[in-house]
Amino acid sequence: MSLKPLEGIRVIDLCVVWAGPFATMLLGDLGAEVIKPENPFVFQPMTRGAMARPPQILLERSIAWSGGLPRNEVGPRPWNYNPTFVSLYRNKKSFTVDLRRPEGKDILRRLVAISDVVYENNAVGTLEKLGITEEWLRETNPRLIIVRVPAYGLTGPYREARALGVHLEAVMGHTLLRGYDDADPSANTAIYSGDYMAGAQGAFAVMAALWYRDRTGEGQTIEIAQAENAAAMFTHAIMDYSMNRNVQSAIGNRDVHGRYPCGVYPAKSPGDATTMDDHWIAIHIENDAQWQQLVEAMGSPAWALDPRFATNEGRAAHFREIDAGIAEWTCERDDYEMMHLLQARGIAATPVLEASRMFDDPHLRARDFFKKQTVRDAGTHEYVGPLWKFEKTPVEFYQPPVCFGEHNEHVYRELLKVSDSEYEALKAGGHIAEEYDPSVP
Amino acid sequence: MQALDDVRVLDLTHHIAGPYATRLLADLGADVIKVEKPGGDVARMLPPFKGGEPHPERSGLFFYLNCNKRSVVLDLREPAGKAALEALARRSHIVVESFAPGTLDRLGVGLDFFRRINPSLPVVSISNFGQTGPYRDYRLSELTLYGFAGEMYSMGLTEREPVKMAGTAALFESGAAASVAIMAALWAAKRFGIGQHVDISLAETHFGGVDRRHATAIAYQFSGRKTIRAAGGGAGMPQGIYPCADGYVEFTNASLRPDRVDDMLGHPDWNQQPQFQDPVKRLDPYVIEEWNTYFLTWCLERTKREVWAEARRAKVLCGPLFSMEDLFEDEHFRGRGFWARATHPELGDVEFPGRPFIMGKGGWELRRPAPLLGQHTEEVLREAGVDDTTIAQVCAAGGAR
Repeated sequence: MSLKPLEGIRVIDLCVVWAGPFATMLLGDLGAEVIKPENPFVFQPMTRGAMARPPQILLERSIAWSGGLPRNEVGPRPWNYNPTFVSLYRNKKSFTVDLRRPEGKDILRRLVAISDVVYENNAVGTLEKLGITEEWLRETNPRLIIVRVPAYGLTGPYREARALGVHLEAVMGHTLLRGYDDADPSANTAIYSGDYMAGAQGAFAVMAALWYRDRTGEGQTIEIAQAENAAAMFTHAIMDYSMNRNVQSAIGNRDVHGRYPCGVYPAKSPGDATTMDDHWIAIHIENDAQWQQLVEAMGSPAWALDPRFATNEGRAAHFREIDAGIAEWTCERDDYEMMHLLQARGIAATPVLEASRMFDDPHLRARDFFKKQTVRDAGTHEYVGPLWKFEKTPVEFYQPPVCFGEHNEHVYRELLKVSDSEYEALKAGGHIAEEYDPSVP
Repeated sequence: MQALDDVRVLDLTHHIAGPYATRLLADLGADVIKVEKPGGDVARMLPPFKGGEPHPERSGLFFYLNCNKRSVVLDLREPAGKAALEALARRSHIVVESFAPGTLDRLGVGLDFFRRINPSLPVVSISNFGQTGPYRDYRLSELTLYGFAGEMYSMGLTEREPVKMAGTAALFESGAAASVAIMAALWAAKRFGIGQHVDISLAETHFGGVDRRHATAIAYQFSGRKTIRAAGGGAGMPQGIYPCADGYVEFTNASLRPDRVDDMLGHPDWNQQPQFQDPVKRLDPYVIEEWNTYFLTWCLERTKREVWAEARRAKVLCGPLFSMEDLFEDEHFRGRGFWARATHPELGDVEFPGRPFIMGKGGWELRRPAPLLGQHTEEVLREAGVDDTTIAQVCAAGGAR
């Protein structure tokens, strides 16, 4: 394996759901040793699935990215291959320990003592209940970098509010700002962009804090209030209100910067939306010259030659009429063919890809984007690739999505150097396991 | 001291994603030298504008993206511009650029130019589809980026077209992803003396993870199942967006903890009916519909803040749909010091979201508002030891204010 920017940095991952695990995945991609302590007696909801052992009917009733397990079966250890989470578990290690018991907490203490970073995004109060406080961590390791990612912050009236990305984005205004311009907001699909925003910034923040520690020798605590962090994504609306007291609302697929046309148009499709076989093309015209190019590409139909449409102002005033005209042209054409045709004329046009079609895309293949990984009980599949290409420190998927307890031997014996008798005692106490306790639903 | 105040970034990015990435470094103290072309970064002419009228110094978007940076205007087609760039590169720790692939090479200031100046200087390139591959020269915008590489296909109603996120959320997410790579390249240079090129494709930052694409992709690989476009987000009681007395509230998957929902509702008799308590019957669409009728009434009797207060008390997953006015007035965020203030020559006294996160030490500070075009050309070039003649030439070519 080649040199990695963060090799030698050890991160304890006490994360749940998406925002935290995405951050630690990025740190693992950059070479940090990311270790997940997991509890065989407690199933963290929405972290390795909704339930440890979901009934088959729940899988069938769930949306594909939640219920689409290998071969559509629950299988022997569904927590190791839940599609909602499995991709985020690469380049990490997992060991098991029951942190609610003193000997379990002592194991964590010993790991904290030899680690650089503790990263957590639990609901405020969760770790405190286990006695895992900032003071306790800092006492164990003064040089530690502690990252906490509460939904709304560690202080203030909303500190204990339960939230997933979708809820805090609603609070930050996203849900009223997105969606169709002619439907009420209940037509919106749940969204979690803020989880990934906070995840990326968390990885960035860890590296900045490591930089600070390298210069001063001092550790510190970082608080990423996920809601506050998400605000950047809505700069357009926040600054408009701040400067002009203008309250923005949903504009569908139109360009927030007012360049027309900008929309999603039907393409020739092998089927309809109920079987997810509907194809669409997104087209964004950014200036008058691109509009002329689009008109020519469409074969200069009479309606498009209307002189009112030659300027952006005119197109803005008549965008629904223009959209209808474009849709007439797109609906009988293949989306990829239109992309190549329009891109050759300098127009931003792309298919709206349903996820399964990614795997057929020649550009992603040419860039060797997908990575094959094998997970026990799930088999070998192609997973999405890394976010960036480094020339000399490439991101490698050196550890496939980690199974529950896969690194028990490594963590207990090699890192913590527990004796044989202690190991056996912890095992007898149920701390060391590769499956959730049968009492866990 | 700030965490990154020993780092100097030569910032050749423009528009949204690149400038957002470098702003995150500037926020932590990095000296980010923003090189703009004569006329300035295109983002200067993107709305919202103070007062509504387009003006290169009154864009709220540009302001937000460029706080804490210094602006230098260079015409890279001119020898003086190239000489100035060389002087800046000589004292920088990293170069970040977001030109279309091949553009800087054509100007003679591509990767080779920086390698000649300093072989261990990391150079980060941010482009639409990356520096290689058949779509290398293709265009992207917010809509097409999210449509092609993000999770847009599954957003919206089954019977209608897919619909994007608000504003330029996808580009901001890509910017955040790029900031991680910039910081990693700085670390590789600091620890191992490795100077390298980093190729960031906006499309791959979305294909690779942000907002569920990783999940919908592997679900298909595992099961052959595809993710349908549908409102809400699955079955549950309650689940999705509900109207209330003064707006809307959103709930998720609270059926995992029906006890908490019952607590939130105040244990009403209607919720104790056997079909609402049975874990399998609760998955039945007709039962859900019946339950929603009761629940809707409960919501409509309360304001969004009242609903949320009950949900918070009972630890139920919920969020009210706030408008910008709601958000601005909200006491939680005001009380936490979320809003920052700056004084800007054209925007006046302006309020905006400050810190992206809180660091106990060495974190976010507002050192200066977003720069006016070319505000620091002379100052920065003098610091870099550029001679008077070259400075005069740069200024004559549009670099001076």
